[in-house]
Amino acid sequence: MPLVTQPAMNSAAAARARGARLNRLDRRANRTLKWLAWIGGALVFIVMFLIAYQVIDGATGAFDKFGVGFLVHKTWIPAAGEFGALTYIYGTLITGVFSLILATILGVSIGLFLSLMAPRRVAVIVGPLVEMLAAIPSVVLGLIGIYLICPFIASDVEPALHSVLGFLPLFGAPQPVGNSLFTASLVLVIMVVPIIAALTRDLFLTVPSELRDGAEALGSTRWEMIRGVVLPMTSSGVTAACVLGFGRAIGEAIAVSQVVGDQPLDHLDLFLGGNTAASVIALQYPSAVSSLHTSSLFYLATILLVFSLLVNFGARQLGRRSLQGR
Amino acid sequence: MSLTESPLPSEGVRPRVRLTDRAPDTAVVERREPVTREVVFHARGVSVHYGAKLALDEVSLDIYRNYATAFIGPSGCGKSTFLRCLNRMNDSIAGFKLGGDLQYYGHDLYDARVNRVEVRRRIGMVFQKPNPFPKSIYENIAWAARNLGMRDNLDERVERALRDAALWDEVKDRLKSSALGLSGGQQQRLCIARAIAIEPDVVLLDEPASALDPIATASIEDLIHELKARYTIVIVTHNMQQAARVADKTAFFSLDQARVGTLIEYDDTPKLFSSPTDRRTRDYITGQFG
Amino acid sequence: MSAIPDPKHALTASGNLRRRQLVSRAFETATVLAAALAVAVLLILIYYVVKHGVSAISLSFFTSDLPAYDGVGGGIGPALVGTIEMALIATIIALPTGVLTALYLSQFAGPRGDRILRLMLDLMAGLPTIIVGVFVAGLITNRFGPSGLAGGLALSIVEVPLIARASLEAISRVPQILVEASDALGMARWRGIVGVVLPTASSGIVTATILAVARASGETAPLLFTSELYGQSFSVDPRHSLASVPLEIFQLLESGYSASVSKAWGAAFTLMVVILAANIGARVWLRRSERKRGL
Repeated sequence: MPLVTQPAMNSAAAARARGARLNRLDRRANRTLKWLAWIGGALVFIVMFLIAYQVIDGATGAFDKFGVGFLVHKTWIPAAGEFGALTYIYGTLITGVFSLILATILGVSIGLFLSLMAPRRVAVIVGPLVEMLAAIPSVVLGLIGIYLICPFIASDVEPALHSVLGFLPLFGAPQPVGNSLFTASLVLVIMVVPIIAALTRDLFLTVPSELRDGAEALGSTRWEMIRGVVLPMTSSGVTAACVLGFGRAIGEAIAVSQVVGDQPLDHLDLFLGGNTAASVIALQYPSAVSSLHTSSLFYLATILLVFSLLVNFGARQLGRRSLQGR
Repeated sequence: MSLTESPLPSEGVRPRVRLTDRAPDTAVVERREPVTREVVFHARGVSVHYGAKLALDEVSLDIYRNYATAFIGPSGCGKSTFLRCLNRMNDSIAGFKLGGDLQYYGHDLYDARVNRVEVRRRIGMVFQKPNPFPKSIYENIAWAARNLGMRDNLDERVERALRDAALWDEVKDRLKSSALGLSGGQQQRLCIARAIAIEPDVVLLDEPASALDPIATASIEDLIHELKARYTIVIVTHNMQQAARVADKTAFFSLDQARVGTLIEYDDTPKLFSSPTDRRTRDYITGQFG
Repeated sequence: MSAIPDPKHALTASGNLRRRQLVSRAFETATVLAAALAVAVLLILIYYVVKHGVSAISLSFFTSDLPAYDGVGGGIGPALVGTIEMALIATIIALPTGVLTALYLSQFAGPRGDRILRLMLDLMAGLPTIIVGVFVAGLITNRFGPSGLAGGLALSIVEVPLIARASLEAISRVPQILVEASDALGMARWRGIVGVVLPTASSGIVTATILAVARASGETAPLLFTSELYGQSFSVDPRHSLASVPLEIFQLLESGYSASVSKAWGAAFTLMVVILAANIGARVWLRRSERKRGL
């Protein structure tokens, strides 16, 4: 605290007394504020640890019974007391990866458009519109998914894709109902694209204009400037953005639960139904048939939590490297 | 304003210009205004608007091939603006509009059919603040060349560019190291090297040494002398002595009565500095303002 | 070398430039299409929600009790009340926590505390909301039964990282000169923070809170296990189970009756209107207040 020099308006003694009074009250207030702020931060800590503790604790029953084999066991039949996470881990990963690929391509393109190519007037309108996609509640996306997207997928998209890419086991025969891993992935794309677009747009804006001018002055086209200067400079940041988007995708329960189809997964066909860990928890927890069932769902939640923490931590590390590189 | 009205004393006051130690380029003096020297840029009545604001007006001059032409004048009078018109680098500035006639070898630079990228390929630019890419030294130079399809003998091309920019000896052992590790003067020479690596026709230099120390500045100036032989050089500088040292012809820009930038005088460098025609030029050169 | 053009030729593409510009233009077109696709999807989604949902809207829709199991009759009255109430509870918890956390990070934290706390905030922001729901279920609902308080707590976990981060940004944007000036005037630290920093950052904090509340109001997963499944009636007592609009939509969907579905559209329409209005309103408000401050 800097020394206070009061203007000599009153006598020196009165001034000194005022100064002393100021200090005692203020010192206490300062301390109180500091403690309050500290409590705020501590609450965040406490809650995170409580969450981890609670989720792991809930899983103990299933963990005691199945051990680590739970992760590779394929069957999940609550009535028979048989539980294995493999189906849902697969479902989570495949929808996550598929939507990540599509969302990266679309999201980075939109990010480039908003930052480097659109005239300002256009970017100012389109940017918030894209961000608004992220504001749509997941349950509304689920609703639209069932009644809009699924029928469309079943009637138009699946036949088209099957005729072109049907040689891949991923795109099997078109199904009558559109609920599938594929549809779930598309719904996830809608949720993840705005995240990647907004983050990468901000990233690309950090590339100094002198470097872009320098590239232009060498007779390069816009694409060459982006590919040769902008993208290499922001690569770790872009990756971090994509990893964050992936984290969002694997954590989504509600929208996915409405469109994913919920079939046992012993196939590679995206057009058939499946399920993800998050969605299965949402669907089965309220009506769990046994404490082992509940505990297995907690076990799934633990796996999901670990995934999510790793993914978010990884994204931070990547993002930090991009900040340092500048 | 003729010299008879306010004659410079024939002795006593010398123009404050020091020629460098090296012998002046006598070839320039002999080649005074040859009819045969080619015109690269022809400007007639060029004006620049940014939206409603008039920034530059009534610029008419011819820039000759294999000459070094300097634009001098106080800050904010349009030298850099006009320079950037020569390679269409002002296009991205909002509201930019060029009036008058600006030709490159007789072709209208601002015709609707002109390919901007092609313009920059032929008319290169080095900026005031060195702006190397965050890549290796080799890559900084090879990148544009590779884009243009110059993949054969890329190593030789890079070496030649670095030699021509007087940087080869200093970096030949660390071509793969980052360009950002070079000193300011080295970075600027790298920027010059990458500009000439693609063999442009013209090289525009926008105050290339203003961010550098005197030793680095001297090396840049030496460079310009060498580069004149193969390229047409146009250099903006606020350092008159630098213009006197390197330029064959010099153009003096300043603000007119309406506070708009304009070309005041344009002549062979020795003549402009020793016996300028316009009073404003004389005032600037003798240091009475700016 | 064909790569070196004759400078005196017309200023049209030489060498490989035509091909390169085709590639560049193709790329530019692709990005425009991507952006257009995103906007189109948004508009289509909004259109369908409006088209299917508007017909269910009426005053009685907002004031009636929840529909019966087959979706006939009723409205979303209790759900509206529940959403508002739980959002309120959540914000009462999350706003002070978020702002205090932001204050700690910007004013009081040492380097290690700063690093760890930022990490915790990032991890909390990335938590799948279903995990939040499972957490609250295990901690509270399993022991004390479903309640609006549990729901509010769950939503506050969603809100805290949003408010904390945005507040931190708003506080950091307070010009350092203001802080130094108050220091130089001999102001105590707490006066400087409460009297200068927070008011200056207030527009950012308020915007962040509005957006966080909008986000929390649309969340289903945190509340899945904190409410009674069916038969929810009008209730304002947070110690009892409260309905909420997104949860109601979810339950209507799961039931599958067509009457339920049309109510679900109506509820979705309501939710979208409120959330989009909050988003747009917050943005506009922020821009206006920043312009007023000259920031």
